[in-house]
Amino acid sequence: MSDTTLKQASKKALPPMKSSPASTAETVQIDLRQPALAALLAWLVPGLGHFYQRRWAKGALFCVCILGTYIFGVVLGAGKVVHTGGTSQLVRGTLFSQAVQRWTFVPQACVGVPAVISLVQHVRVSGGGQPLFGGWFAPPRSIAELGSNEQNGDELSYWNEKLNSRYDIGMLFTMVAGLLNVLVIYDAYAGPVIAEEAKDEEEDGKAGKENDKQGG
Amino acid sequence: MMLLGASVLANQMWYAIPLVVAVSLVYGATRHEWMGPILSHAWRTCFWMLTFIGSIFILLFTLNWLWG
Repeated sequence: MSDTTLKQASKKALPPMKSSPASTAETVQIDLRQPALAALLAWLVPGLGHFYQRRWAKGALFCVCILGTYIFGVVLGAGKVVHTGGTSQLVRGTLFSQAVQRWTFVPQACVGVPAVISLVQHVRVSGGGQPLFGGWFAPPRSIAELGSNEQNGDELSYWNEKLNSRYDIGMLFTMVAGLLNVLVIYDAYAGPVIAEEAKDEEEDGKAGKENDKQGG
Repeated sequence: MMLLGASVLANQMWYAIPLVVAVSLVYGATRHEWMGPILSHAWRTCFWMLTFIGSIFILLFTLNWLWG
């Protein structure tokens, strides 16, 4: 184990977890291995960083919960809910207004693999090419880009009309999954955040013991 | 009561349940390392969130029923 890793590991020694009697007086030493690499892996696929750190149970939990939520959202939205917001033909205006129109991609991009696929699709479609993977994760196109009158309005309007509330719910699921992965990336990088209540209880306990000593 | 039952059954709020469970488990897992404390924390978070959402739902439903 390298010095850096040792330092990180000792930093992660948790106080006794008083929320559960079984874990009283239990301290945890975690070998975070290479935290930056673990964080990168956690970003790419939720749970992968924890598998790399051999934290199997938490890795499996993150994988099932976050990836499950993300995939459920994508399937609910028929693969149309994760995208970069549209090509420059569809999303116009100042840089700020373009960023506002693309804001949903920010939390979604906290899960790496679909974000990378979305960016590849964006580059491909913006260059005039056809989207890959049956159009999954591809940005919506404008009427001009579609080049036909087979549907009214741009592709984003068509998806909203066709999928109805499933589009919004799918979008919500993928965004929440992405935001949850931020917590997971932090956990892979720096270990679990110590619960405030456990910290407070421990401090109260120490103060109580000191008072007893002084009183006795 | 029938209206409340029909409203609950047909409501899109059912989609919130898997979301709440996933959020609770992930949140708990980022605060503890072992499964015991994680599940205990997740259960408390899940219960609190569902109670909160349910309370808001019942409040809005009641207001709607009174003025609807």
